[in-house]
Amino acid sequence: MSKSNFTRRGLLRTGAVAGAGLAMPTIFNGASWAASHGGYTNAPQGGTVTLGFNVPQTGPYADEGADELLAQQLAVEHLNGMGDGGCLNTFTSKALKGNGILGKKVQFVTGDTQTKSDAARASAKSMIEKDGAIMINGGSSSGVAVAVQGLCQEAGVIFMAGLTHANDTTGKDRKANGFRHFFNAYMSGAALAPVLAKEMGTDRRAYHLTADYNWGWTQEESIVASTEALGWETVNTVKTPLASTDFSSYIAPVLNSGADVLVLNHYGGNMVNSLSNAIQFDLLNKQVNGKDFKIVVPLYSELMAAGAGANIKGVLGSMNYNWQLDNPGSKAFVKSFGEKYGKPPSNSAQTCYAQVLLYADACERAGSFNPCAVEEALTGGDSSMPGISSDANKGFLFDGLGNGQTLYRRDDHQCFKDVLVVRGAENPTNAYDTLEIVEVTPVEKVWYEPNNPMFGGDEAKLGSCNPGA
Amino acid sequence: MLGLKSKDTTLLVVVAILTLLAPFILNPFPENSALAQFNAGYPDLMQRFVIYGIFAIGFNILFGLTGYLSFGHAAFLGVGSYAAVWMFKLLSYNVVPAIMLSVIVAGIFSVLIGYISLRRSGIYFSILTLAFAQMSFALAYSVLSNPKFNLTNGETGLQVYADDPQIFHRAGLPDLPHFFGLSMRSTYTLDVGGWSFDFNAGYYFCAAIMLVVFYLAIRIFNSPFGLMLRAVKSNQQRLNYTGLNTRPYTLAAFVISGMYAGLAGGLLAAMDPLAGAERMQWTASGEVVLMTILGGAGTLIGPVLGAGFIKYFENIFSKINDGVLHAWFAFLPDGLENALVAIIHPFVGKGWQLTLGLMFMAIVIFLPGGLVEGGKRLGALFRRRSSDETASGETKPAE
Repeated sequence: MSKSNFTRRGLLRTGAVAGAGLAMPTIFNGASWAASHGGYTNAPQGGTVTLGFNVPQTGPYADEGADELLAQQLAVEHLNGMGDGGCLNTFTSKALKGNGILGKKVQFVTGDTQTKSDAARASAKSMIEKDGAIMINGGSSSGVAVAVQGLCQEAGVIFMAGLTHANDTTGKDRKANGFRHFFNAYMSGAALAPVLAKEMGTDRRAYHLTADYNWGWTQEESIVASTEALGWETVNTVKTPLASTDFSSYIAPVLNSGADVLVLNHYGGNMVNSLSNAIQFDLLNKQVNGKDFKIVVPLYSELMAAGAGANIKGVLGSMNYNWQLDNPGSKAFVKSFGEKYGKPPSNSAQTCYAQVLLYADACERAGSFNPCAVEEALTGGDSSMPGISSDANKGFLFDGLGNGQTLYRRDDHQCFKDVLVVRGAENPTNAYDTLEIVEVTPVEKVWYEPNNPMFGGDEAKLGSCNPGA
Repeated sequence: MLGLKSKDTTLLVVVAILTLLAPFILNPFPENSALAQFNAGYPDLMQRFVIYGIFAIGFNILFGLTGYLSFGHAAFLGVGSYAAVWMFKLLSYNVVPAIMLSVIVAGIFSVLIGYISLRRSGIYFSILTLAFAQMSFALAYSVLSNPKFNLTNGETGLQVYADDPQIFHRAGLPDLPHFFGLSMRSTYTLDVGGWSFDFNAGYYFCAAIMLVVFYLAIRIFNSPFGLMLRAVKSNQQRLNYTGLNTRPYTLAAFVISGMYAGLAGGLLAAMDPLAGAERMQWTASGEVVLMTILGGAGTLIGPVLGAGFIKYFENIFSKINDGVLHAWFAFLPDGLENALVAIIHPFVGKGWQLTLGLMFMAIVIFLPGGLVEGGKRLGALFRRRSSDETASGETKPAE
């Protein structure tokens, strides 16, 4: 079967290939990541700057992703001076002029994360390597956020997280190049606790069903900690596989456990299904230990509420933002979003919109797109949140993006702001007011120190900013 | 040359030249033109082309030769990735031990799964491998990532942290996977006129490995062992009746293709030091089946083409959004522009899977032999002595 045929042509061919192969290593000079002009990765050339919007367009969170993309496009319009300007008019920092960022017109590229860490990183890499994106924004899951945040840190671009609720994103996995505007599981627990105490008393017995992955665990940990601090007892915590669509077998034991509150640490389709199963078992009309049975869904979103329909009536949960919030920033945002797309924005849309504006504003104030300068402008300030005495209370204080007064904290790049406790509306008048705001828990109730054990303790380090090339 | 028939030598040389020149071939459009959207010559995608090429070549050794359709090959890819990242965490960012361990671990893993699954054939074999892969996925996604025993880091994916031991890591070495100091991310960018070509170290590292394993695959295809595997595909019962025990052969083929998958997984981690559990999900296993069938099962080059085809759609078409479409058709009158965009919209961006599905259907219906058959038909059109040529020079899928 072996046949050596040393012909002149063959030898020439082999020689050429081998020569090219040998010569190849010598042309690498260690320059990493394309286009290294300007001392940092993807320094904008010419009159434009490119942002990368990496959202789930397929898979379980595709709805959230679609809404995020709408908000991001709106933000780009406002930055470029089109439309009504939205929150540019209400934002307390007046650096943005509606002429792009630092005079450069804002362009964007989009990609599909598929809610998979791998695909999200591939998509973000193509934005960075091919399209020259200088900032990546978006995402609807904590696993993806942590993965993409790590990539951005390595590549030397800024990551402005979208919807990510696990403590880890700005906890043990925090990175100098990554920033989160969204709230987190700890804040949900802290915000819900006083309302739960008020509505349900302090001697409840809770049963947790938890999506069996990273986000589920951090949320369960946070809720258990804050409810036990109230005096509640945790009867049981049961992990459910993420891929489950039928939760009946998990709901049935709840009735016999002696618990009188069911906490669903589920998100998206999982939550819609588990809540529907719980309603089918008629849990909400049961009496246990002489009390009315209650259900709590710590993390709510409008899209989940729409999916669960009438089942969410009376069910308590928390949110980062709701379009019904009555402040100038929120009104301006809801108005321009509604006029453009004919519906109010969701939680995830608002966080992405705010993140894009915050990034643009930081560039403008820093006078540069260099990630290190942006980090300094975005969180390096000396302002602090009024009413909180803590050494960590330092960063960039702003208002007018819809959440009220907000602090971008220097030590872990997490935003601190009021958290909403919401309830499924009893009598919704239209398709969009399915949730009603029960209480706005003030920021000092949800404050924690950067070295909180749920956030990686003392070992969690931001590291130093990486400008790349 | 190298113990190959002249036809296979030509194939190997052509593949070698194509992979070496890929940065040029994949970037045919100037950077600022509207068509630059279709350029695929950036490091990440080029790396994926060759890595998934390796995965598909290995899968084809099992599926193309023996006809055993494994629906669980992604498990080996994932195991390989985890092994590699663990080597990064424990030893250093050098890719050589990482890739070696990933191949070894995937090999051991495939012996276990293969030994059990190969007791059945046909659909039962497929289901067994699928079950094992889903088990591995569930293990990686939640069971093995609990806070007490964290082997895989669950949904977030296994990554290297600053406080990992990395006992052989020294200052001066890149803080990213490297080949004895040459960072896998180092890229030389050549600007010629409006064009820009990226020569990436990681890509050439993968490409070199792909050429080696492609050569190995050719040797396996042409060896007596390969012939035995084809015999298994054509009629296993008859082989058994002749008194021959086929199981060692099929197990060997299974393990070899598992090791190929492990190698691909190790390389994926070497290019980007993160291992996510989704790599093991059944969709990932299905993807390699699609790649192989799309390219042409049982042919040498087919799986590589199929891998490139699918990865191209996933990465290029998914990024065409309405804004891009409007920019393309901006020269048309507004009404026409909007109409065209509305027509194309469902097929690009989030609809990339729809387009891919349609293409897959078209290929399976009209070109049952995959892209390779398409190439051959095209070749035959342009060749005069087509009838003699195809009869003698065809690499038929083993029947």
